[in-house]
Amino acid sequence: MIKDITIGQFFPGNSPVHRLDARAKILLTIVFIVMLFTAGDMRGLGVCAVFTLLTFLISRIPLKMMFKGLRTILVIIIITSVLNLFFIHTGEPIFEWKFIKITDKGLQTAVFMVVRIACLIIGTSLLTYTTSPIDLTDAIERLLSPLKKIKVPVHELAMMMTIALRFIPTLIEETDKIMSAQKARGADMETGSFIKRAKALIPVLIPLFVSSFRHAEELALAMECRCYHGGEGRTRMKQLKMKLIDLWGTVYVFTFFAGVIVLNHFI
Amino acid sequence: MAIIKTENLTYIYGDGTPFRKVAVDDVNLEIDEGEMVGIIGHTGSGKSTLIQHFNGLLKPTSGSVLIDGERLWDDKSKLRPVRFKVGLVFQYPEYQLFEETCYKDIGFGPKNMGLDNAEVDRRIKETAKMVGITADMLDKSPFELSGGQKRRVAIAGVMAMEPKVLILDEPASGLDPKGRDQILGLIKEYHREKKNTVLLVSHSMEDIAKNVSKILVMNKAKLYCYDDTRTVFHRAAQLEEMGLAVPQITRVFNRLKAMGLDIGDDVYTTKYAKELLLKLLAEKKFNRGIETD
Repeated sequence: MIKDITIGQFFPGNSPVHRLDARAKILLTIVFIVMLFTAGDMRGLGVCAVFTLLTFLISRIPLKMMFKGLRTILVIIIITSVLNLFFIHTGEPIFEWKFIKITDKGLQTAVFMVVRIACLIIGTSLLTYTTSPIDLTDAIERLLSPLKKIKVPVHELAMMMTIALRFIPTLIEETDKIMSAQKARGADMETGSFIKRAKALIPVLIPLFVSSFRHAEELALAMECRCYHGGEGRTRMKQLKMKLIDLWGTVYVFTFFAGVIVLNHFI
Repeated sequence: MAIIKTENLTYIYGDGTPFRKVAVDDVNLEIDEGEMVGIIGHTGSGKSTLIQHFNGLLKPTSGSVLIDGERLWDDKSKLRPVRFKVGLVFQYPEYQLFEETCYKDIGFGPKNMGLDNAEVDRRIKETAKMVGITADMLDKSPFELSGGQKRRVAIAGVMAMEPKVLILDEPASGLDPKGRDQILGLIKEYHREKKNTVLLVSHSMEDIAKNVSKILVMNKAKLYCYDDTRTVFHRAAQLEEMGLAVPQITRVFNRLKAMGLDIGDDVYTTKYAKELLLKLLAEKKFNRGIETD
């Protein structure tokens, strides 16, 4: 069903990961990505993997979501591992058959790559799982605000993002309603050739288009009625505030980062 | 035989997610053919979810729906014919108009039924006439019409399928009093003329009292009762507990009765109230009540 579409996939919760400030979370996610690519060998990567799993457990997001995120990039994972497995010919061969040659180095690289990509996806998707879209856009606006100096319309971009996100559920609901209404009149959207099904979408798309314009107009009017005039001098009801927990979060991430660096250079 | 029958019908939204919500809980009911039924219930009581089961738009989580003795969802390919048999008009149906002309839009349902052009044409003209859409309006784009006219075109679009059961979800909401009366009037007229089963969801107890013979009350996802209008409005206290009301005129009469006036407590239309009052005045029964002042 169309209701199953979730975008942003925010899971409300009250774990320490949820409570982190959205800005801190974005920055720490970037640090995490850097950490992932700093890890030079299996041991460093192991630290990253432990970090990813541990953070996931702390966030109390259902574990199946971890695999759901991975499923979407399954193809990339498979291609990467196959490429590495068959085309790295240095190191000791462990399997040879006609033109196929698999070496221990190849196998190692393949595993390394797969784990790295998996960690990357799981770790970054945790950001959207634990942060509401509104907080996220808010944080992006704040983080990008220095760009205002060079005339980038940061506030407008963030507002557009917020509105777009806000209207996704509304439009999904509306699509659902219109589809039901047309189905009640015997519209057949599930069977037939591709062209027939594409044509069957017209009775849904036109009303949806009309209502999107209506929403846009109503929203614009409502915003003007409340004297919206862009980002200049605008204050917020929900202020983003750095708290002690953000410090702890930073310490937590950098401890692991330090571990990776130490493993890389000293041991 | 019952045209609509449900057996332990239960529907759960978002089962297995944190947003799980039981919308319809173990509903058993039988609606007879030719009945005009009002469906009332508080917002979120499951009315809209319930009616979407009657034409197979929603699949019951458990339990089943029988239309005309046929169990829905046994054979998925038979669902489309059911939708022609049970016409469902959603709330704000004007938002589903999409064709270039009203004529084509009303014809969308009949065309989907696979009828030939002559029959489609006949049905469009007939229903348009019934809902008061003139010939020159038929050639206009539905987006050029007024709100009330759009609503009538949309309702005609479902009526044109000539369903055995017509279900309308708040057909009069958001219209001015004149538009309301027009819409409800044409629905009543349709019922009288076609002798079809009509289900009317409404928040206005006055509209319900004026038009239907039986009432189905939903409360917190459960079927509270399904009975004659008179019997249901008799339970004023229980209805009010559910956040529903009885018609204003019933409230007035219940109050009068509580004040010691000897009148029946089955007054729910102003027409009947007027007759009753005139009769009482003629008998001068009223005076006693007033003299004590």
